[in-house]
Amino acid sequence: MAIDISNVDTIIARHGIEQKGLINALLEIQDVFHYLPAEALKHVSEKMNIPLVQIYQIAAFYKVFSLEPRGEHLVSVCLGTACHVRGGGLLIDQVGRVLDIGPGETSADMKFTLEAENCLGCCALGPVMVVDGKYYGNMAISKVERVLNKYMEQEVVAND
Amino acid sequence: MTKLLSAAELEKWRNQILAGRDASKAYIMVCAGTGCRAMESAQVASAFEEAIKDQGIANKVELKKTGCHGFCEQGPLVVIHPDKVLYTGVKPKDVSEIVSETIVNGKIVDRLLFTDPITSQKIINEYDVPFYKKQTRVLLKDNGQIDPQKIEDYVTIGGYKALGKALFEMMPEQVIAEVKHANLRGRGGAGFPAAVKWDLCRNSQGNSKYVICNADEGDPGAYQDRGMIEANPHSILEGMTIGAYAIGASQGYIYIRNEYPLAVETIRLAIQQARESGLLGEKILGSDFSFNIDIQLGAGAFVCGEETALMASIEGRIGEPTTRPPYPSDSGLWGMPTNINNVKTWAWVSHIINNGADWFSQIGTEKSKGTTIFSVVGKVNNTGLVEVPMGITLRDLIEGIGGGVPDGKKLKAVQTGGPSGGCIPESLFHLPVDYDSLREAGSIMGSGGMIVLDESSCMVDVARYFLDFCKFESCGKCTACREGVKRMYEILDYITRGYGQEGDIEQLEELADAVKAGSLCGLGQTAPNPVLTTIRYFRDEYEAHIKEKRCPAGVCKELITFEINADNCTGCMLCAKYCPEKAITGEKGSPHVIDKNKCVRCGVCADVCKFDAVDVR
Repeated sequence: MAIDISNVDTIIARHGIEQKGLINALLEIQDVFHYLPAEALKHVSEKMNIPLVQIYQIAAFYKVFSLEPRGEHLVSVCLGTACHVRGGGLLIDQVGRVLDIGPGETSADMKFTLEAENCLGCCALGPVMVVDGKYYGNMAISKVERVLNKYMEQEVVAND
Repeated sequence: MTKLLSAAELEKWRNQILAGRDASKAYIMVCAGTGCRAMESAQVASAFEEAIKDQGIANKVELKKTGCHGFCEQGPLVVIHPDKVLYTGVKPKDVSEIVSETIVNGKIVDRLLFTDPITSQKIINEYDVPFYKKQTRVLLKDNGQIDPQKIEDYVTIGGYKALGKALFEMMPEQVIAEVKHANLRGRGGAGFPAAVKWDLCRNSQGNSKYVICNADEGDPGAYQDRGMIEANPHSILEGMTIGAYAIGASQGYIYIRNEYPLAVETIRLAIQQARESGLLGEKILGSDFSFNIDIQLGAGAFVCGEETALMASIEGRIGEPTTRPPYPSDSGLWGMPTNINNVKTWAWVSHIINNGADWFSQIGTEKSKGTTIFSVVGKVNNTGLVEVPMGITLRDLIEGIGGGVPDGKKLKAVQTGGPSGGCIPESLFHLPVDYDSLREAGSIMGSGGMIVLDESSCMVDVARYFLDFCKFESCGKCTACREGVKRMYEILDYITRGYGQEGDIEQLEELADAVKAGSLCGLGQTAPNPVLTTIRYFRDEYEAHIKEKRCPAGVCKELITFEINADNCTGCMLCAKYCPEKAITGEKGSPHVIDKNKCVRCGVCADVCKFDAVDVR
């Protein structure tokens, strides 16, 4: 799929072509495309004059980056210590069952990506899950389907 | 906003803002920290805005969206000033009643008050709630009173006064001497004296010098840095600027986790406001001192909390630690002298400059001064952010402020210091909380996460959890950490699955020594701590897993069975509905049965059951 590279130029312009701007720029590129498309990385390499292999090294080292396309909705389940002792493992299993994918996977229809997070810093309300930046605290297995349905239904409306 | 050109102009501005405020007005403080937002406090705040407009009382009351108040368990929190009436668990539908009853008629809405779980008494005022009453709040004091998006709010509580004092009344050496005299120890976990690092950095030669705020709060179970940034960002900027003046640095960086979007947005806005007001940038407050701060986002690598890895990351490289020496004070960012401190360390600076080192050192113990912030979470009634003087006992912290364990379960241990720390058993809860006592007990203070564990937490599982974490987060540079942690994890995983063997504990101990000795940075050097402390204090649990193939806490899936207790089961069918394997059968209204051959021991039935009818053996 072709991507609109002009977005990448705007982002590079904002962070400058020095190497210190690289990670912030990659984060913004991922915000736009939900992952780091190969074309975008090639473009960054040329514009910032950084070897492509070094950019891939960064993209592979930092966990937040994905080199694979991700779903429309990102579901993150916290597995920090506080969430772990309050049933975070049960929660992610249930989310996986409802979406029919495992942690790190994207659904075949490209609607959802499920990620396990090591701590989302919302420890007092564990177990916690986050969908597209919205936090859901004190989650219970019985609430999972209701929360995710909201995002599934959204598409139905959008497709109408 | 015009730039302030002197300390006198800052004072004038402060007085102007204060004079413009109507003292007779009530304030509604709605917590808009991440925790309360997760419980829909943003909708509560909008409802207040509408209700104030609808009831035409904008002249009597003002709404403020503040940062985290700390008592996250009870959120969304609303506090009505000046009386500090505390309402907990507020929903948008409660708002119009609060406005008409409390604001207009001066009456209390009883059902929204906090009920003390021990005495069952309703408590009206925030300061009477045991959770707050037993704390010593200095850094967190203003969190519930100011809007973090308004620099004016910080200025009215004396903000940037210390910066003016440092720039115009103190030499850089005097600033360092004051912080040294206070004996402020680094709040990131290791407890190294801050002023010693500042001094070394000041005396180092370099064309430029840097200061860094380490806000890469990666320890699972800790969120106090996030709470501070979201609630009082200018206190951190002010501390960094004073530190930069003392050291002679011209550029600062805040390294903050990308996983904390609200904190990033808050600190970004604060930097912009400080620049526009002449409190950051060229010739700060008209002095000769210039200093800028930029933000570098973390990209999900726990190891970047380590200072050399963090600096590599700011330079745009992969975050692998390097050997020390050279220390950052000699050769840090781009080879220049650099000083790194934690969020809370920086936040202390303005307090010490304003109130003096003697005031600071009155709080705490002989070797650990001041207060410290913990996130008290896990199996505890009052989860939240807590600020206490160093030296408070673990029992006072967990039972006094934390309110003990919910559901009548038995307290077992507390895990401190994240993956670098350890588990301290309940029998040692008389220990004072300070850097040295926790280290003697085999744990560390760390960045301040306190995860409370009860009888239903398996200590072998907790140790396995942390090794899984470190195995995943190890950058892979040192063989001892990369391979050793993995091997330790495998042994623990086998034990929790019933394949433990005689001699496993000894082998874990041997590997732990090797991993500690052979790792370059703190991640590997401390990764075995959770294992070693659980072996030290809970050896019987390890032995039950290894010798009897039994998990006493009922956690390790392969070692337990689920059974429905016919006396408690009402036949509500909820468990049957949620069982992913369709292993539960029974008629509505009569006790259900689990087919052990189909059961995969996922635990869903026990979790959804409202009648405590699923027994775990």
